[in-house]
Amino acid sequence: MATQHSRTAARFMMAPAVFLLLVWMLVPLTMTLFFSFKKYLPLRGDSMANGLEWVGFANYVRFVGSSSFWPSIQATLIIVGGVLVVTIVLGVLLAMLLDQPMWGQGIVRILVIAPFFVMPTVSALVWKNMFMDPNNGLLAYLWKAFGGTPVEWLSQAALPSLIMIVSWQWLPFATLILLTAIQSLDSEQLEAAEMDGAPVLARFWFIILPHLSRAITIVILIQTIFLLSIFAEIFVTTGGAFGTKTLTYLIFQRVLESQNVGLGSAGGVYAIILANIVALFLMRIVGKNLDA
Amino acid sequence: MARAVTNNRKAFNTALAWLVGLLIFFPILWTVLTSFKTEAQAINDPPLFLFFDWTLENYSVVQERSDYLRYLWNSVFIAGGSTLLGIVIAVPAAWSMAFVPSRRTKDVLLWMLSTKMLPAVGVLYPIYLLFIQLGLLDTRIGLTIVLMLINLPIIVWMLYTYFREIPAEILEAARMDGASLREEILYVLTPMAVPGIASTILLNFILAWNEAFWTLNLTAANAAPLTAFIASYSSPEGLFYAKLSAASTMAIAPILILGWFSQKQLVRGLTFGAVK
Repeated sequence: MATQHSRTAARFMMAPAVFLLLVWMLVPLTMTLFFSFKKYLPLRGDSMANGLEWVGFANYVRFVGSSSFWPSIQATLIIVGGVLVVTIVLGVLLAMLLDQPMWGQGIVRILVIAPFFVMPTVSALVWKNMFMDPNNGLLAYLWKAFGGTPVEWLSQAALPSLIMIVSWQWLPFATLILLTAIQSLDSEQLEAAEMDGAPVLARFWFIILPHLSRAITIVILIQTIFLLSIFAEIFVTTGGAFGTKTLTYLIFQRVLESQNVGLGSAGGVYAIILANIVALFLMRIVGKNLDA
Repeated sequence: MARAVTNNRKAFNTALAWLVGLLIFFPILWTVLTSFKTEAQAINDPPLFLFFDWTLENYSVVQERSDYLRYLWNSVFIAGGSTLLGIVIAVPAAWSMAFVPSRRTKDVLLWMLSTKMLPAVGVLYPIYLLFIQLGLLDTRIGLTIVLMLINLPIIVWMLYTYFREIPAEILEAARMDGASLREEILYVLTPMAVPGIASTILLNFILAWNEAFWTLNLTAANAAPLTAFIASYSSPEGLFYAKLSAASTMAIAPILILGWFSQKQLVRGLTFGAVK
């Protein structure tokens, strides 16, 4: 049905979106690459107008060589990995629970999904003050009620606390996607297995889990993309202290707080490479789906 | 899995699911409850759950002290503006990709998706610098443009998956009946596309509303939306739980309500059509 005429029209209709995204991608990316090879400290008088000194790969070497680099990679991996494990394990369990027949299913679903719509700065602040505060937080009361000493969550156990906060935000997303996937499972298959006397665990392991594998992969990839760049949660709770300085946060500090643009840009290039490795896998899956 | 189960088992499921649901929802509930307490009641030991003197005072104090309405307006402007602008640009693009696909359509779609994967922090300074140069720093227009661009791939993708479900045969039938291209678009396609466009608008409004990297880094006093308004409450001095709760409740209430209407679209939109 597509004539030459409509093809030309189609290209014309796509042009604005393609052009805007191309500019949005290429211009800042080129600038980041450019800065990463320069010495650029705006507070010490370096400016584009005066010309910036070319320093080769010095920024790249210094960024990796700094004492904060490896801890930041470690913090990033622990947070991303921790949140993935928590949200997927709990998400699978929760999705299976929500799939069971019950009264008021719609309302429970709404309760479970709600945290996803809470803006990151709010959830971080609420958790930080009203739950994890060692003096007046609700968890402190709980600890005291059982005779324990309140924990200073965000300094003594900063990483687990952060994982907890971020998991709370992302559990709804994982649950929702896994629930959608479970609902597409052919129930006759499960019934047949049940009649053949397969125990619950076997049914879970050999029927439900394989059926969910694709959805789990998608959850892992999409969450990883978002989790690699979490910012507000750290900004509001610890400000990068107590071992919670992720790669994203480290770059933010280099660029905006200490105004070392060259160094921060080199870090930015590392972050872009890291994100692209994950993205590649995600794109492959999404791409396959387009053919179907 | 609509299987016949005993009422006993159903009751057990119900109890367990409600327990878990309420536990997950509890931080939100607690915030809303605390917003109606006085500051003394908010930190009472033991914590007060329902039996306290309900008051609306915190809400008026928050509005007075930090001008909530101005931040609200910024949020509405930025989230709404970026979504509508994105829709205007994305509808023609998604339309042509769904109805006049070429060999390269798939590549273009995947490339658009890949721009979404660019970590924001990697391009923070260039954007910051460009914003200063263009006089866009701390303006609503500047933030609207940035949020439009970061959500554009999602908008195109969502619309594309919706448009693709409209059968092309209907268009042919309309054409055989003598409909012109304009009539075809206006009377045949548009009514069928409206639900998809509406869901896309809803989800992207929510995403833009909650965006907290660019909104924190590119705004100061003028254009700061609710994300920044709340972050300003994070300073340790003068922190009051009841007022923090009132401010939080006001920041999340509008979107929580919208969000509940958009649960289904959430899956489609955020998985780029990979899970439906």
